[in-house]
Amino acid sequence: MAPKTLYDKIWDAHVAHQGDDGTCLLYIDRHLVHEVTSPQAFEGLRMSGRKVRAPEKTIAVPDHNVPTTLDRLKGIDNEESRIQVEALDKNAREFGVVYYPVDDIRQGIVHIIGPEQGWTLPGMTIVCGDSHTATHGAFGALAHGIGTSEVEHVLATQTLIQKKSKNMRVEITGKLSEGVTAKDITLAVIGETGTAGGTGYVIEYCGEAIRSLSMEGRMTVCNMAIEGGARAGLIAPDEITFNYCEGRPNAPTGKLWNEAVRYWRTLFSDDRAHFDKTITLQGENIVPVVTWGTSPEDVLPVTATVPAANDFKGGKVNAAQRSLDYMGLTPGTRLQDVEIDAVFIGSCTNGRIEDLRAAAEIVKGKKVQDGLIAIVVPGSGLVRLQAEEEGLAEIFKQAGFEWRLAGCSMCLGMNPDQLGPQVRCASTSNRNFEGRQGRGSRTHLMSPAMAAAAAVTGKLTDVRELM
Amino acid sequence: MEKFEKMTAIAAPMPLINIDTDMIIPKQFLKTIKRSGLGVSAFHEMRYQMDGTENPDFVLNQDAYRNANILVAGDNFGCGSSREHAPWALLDFGVRCVISTSFADIFYNNCFKNGILPVIVTDKELNVLMQDAEKGSNARMVIDLENQLIETSDGKVINFNVDQHRKHCLINGLDDIGLTMEKAASIDMFEKHMATNAPWV
Repeated sequence: MAPKTLYDKIWDAHVAHQGDDGTCLLYIDRHLVHEVTSPQAFEGLRMSGRKVRAPEKTIAVPDHNVPTTLDRLKGIDNEESRIQVEALDKNAREFGVVYYPVDDIRQGIVHIIGPEQGWTLPGMTIVCGDSHTATHGAFGALAHGIGTSEVEHVLATQTLIQKKSKNMRVEITGKLSEGVTAKDITLAVIGETGTAGGTGYVIEYCGEAIRSLSMEGRMTVCNMAIEGGARAGLIAPDEITFNYCEGRPNAPTGKLWNEAVRYWRTLFSDDRAHFDKTITLQGENIVPVVTWGTSPEDVLPVTATVPAANDFKGGKVNAAQRSLDYMGLTPGTRLQDVEIDAVFIGSCTNGRIEDLRAAAEIVKGKKVQDGLIAIVVPGSGLVRLQAEEEGLAEIFKQAGFEWRLAGCSMCLGMNPDQLGPQVRCASTSNRNFEGRQGRGSRTHLMSPAMAAAAAVTGKLTDVRELM
Repeated sequence: MEKFEKMTAIAAPMPLINIDTDMIIPKQFLKTIKRSGLGVSAFHEMRYQMDGTENPDFVLNQDAYRNANILVAGDNFGCGSSREHAPWALLDFGVRCVISTSFADIFYNNCFKNGILPVIVTDKELNVLMQDAEKGSNARMVIDLENQLIETSDGKVINFNVDQHRKHCLINGLDDIGLTMEKAASIDMFEKHMATNAPWV
């Protein structure tokens, strides 16, 4: 048999029908649903008299619009947000899908609760009307974002019409230095490939530095595969994966668990499997990074200076100038001299317990600079609970952070957590696009430890100096 | 879905690279539970000033391009969020065809589901089309999907590739779900197979 990549294996195991032109119906094992990209899909089903084919494989949760302030159970003030959340509530109950409403302790960002509840398992196909579905690839599951028309298609048929992508291998060799995290890896890769470098590919991340990461770290890496243009990122499952999954509420148990693990151990890329493209980065060479511009590819070591537009080529010259103007930065300025106005710790990229531990470690016994907006938004109700039990919440509150309830929050500001024009934010989220955190707001992406360091000093900061 | 027929229309030049879906339709407009009505908000932050008035510098606010049905745009158009509100907004504005050197995967897919044709051309071809688009409303481009070609206002012809299944669906305005439903027996069989081989799923 020809050697196969991990992607080939998962793909082959899910083809329900193949047309003459290579177009496949790919069977979908888990369909995650949130309130923003699903109402039109449910409405479509209703209008054509269709049902949800596999409600037990469909998991719904409101996350984008929900307020994160402690008084949120009194209801949502913004009428459109409220209608959207109410629509999900109605649709979930009417169509009988698995549902975690706002007042359930298990509610949270869809990509945090899928793994947390054991819905996400190795070898699965997982989709969601959300580009950060790539997160679940950390388990060796083929997971990617889809549009609302495709959400409707999956609801009705449990399949997706797909053509196979190409295989790309991203290897991170060796060990990471102190202060360097999964976020720095994933940003460094995008800095290398550009935001279109992964277009048309599924990326498999491998190498010693990846294998050494916890599941939380692996999820951070795969989460941003989409920012490099790849629809999906994958990491082959191993003991770390199995240990994470075992005992989760929806993971198999007993004999079934053993059977599953036996299969999961076959999920790796064979020797000599064909990759259409390979990129290798040395773990030792990766340093703490931040973004300076308005594209996730605008990555630099925190120790660098702001670039000039003419440091770039082609269409990037104009794009870089536009970014510099938007971000209010002058070429040649040391990034570490750039003062910030806000800090956001959270999101599906960095809202898990380890992220909060890493940030708390830096702020412990210190104070957030006066006048900064500083919020910590746990990725789920259970992450929040655990952080409270571990004393992390107290550390954040003592330091001057607001300690919020779970949701997508300031990553995209569909709820009230938005920034004003020209407000500069050290953010652990995934996109620094124009207007992402609020019209005119300025986002610098970085790891949780780096964001915590920025909160303490009031400037972009090399976290290694605080360690 | 509306059928995609041969069109002769005004093309608006948007030479910026990496135009993301947050730019095409910002977050505040994702709160709708409908597909329609987003056209007025397309490219909101580039198109309107803080006080809500039009930004005269933005291409679609210029008289020549207010009725553009084609966009000629820089590389990596539609990157970022999976929001189908982006093609919904373009369609509602009247855009039926976007031409670029590359598109982000999810946006590219979403276009076909909504009767919009995304066309991938080379750098050189994009330059030709960009210059043609810059001529304003006197210059009209022809988009001929049947024959897979673009004709500029001065008669230059550029051929393009498109997946044949997608072309068929666009030209005939076909809805995917109906087509897939015809293969229900294959899906049933697959589920039976999985129940035996991977019962933990």
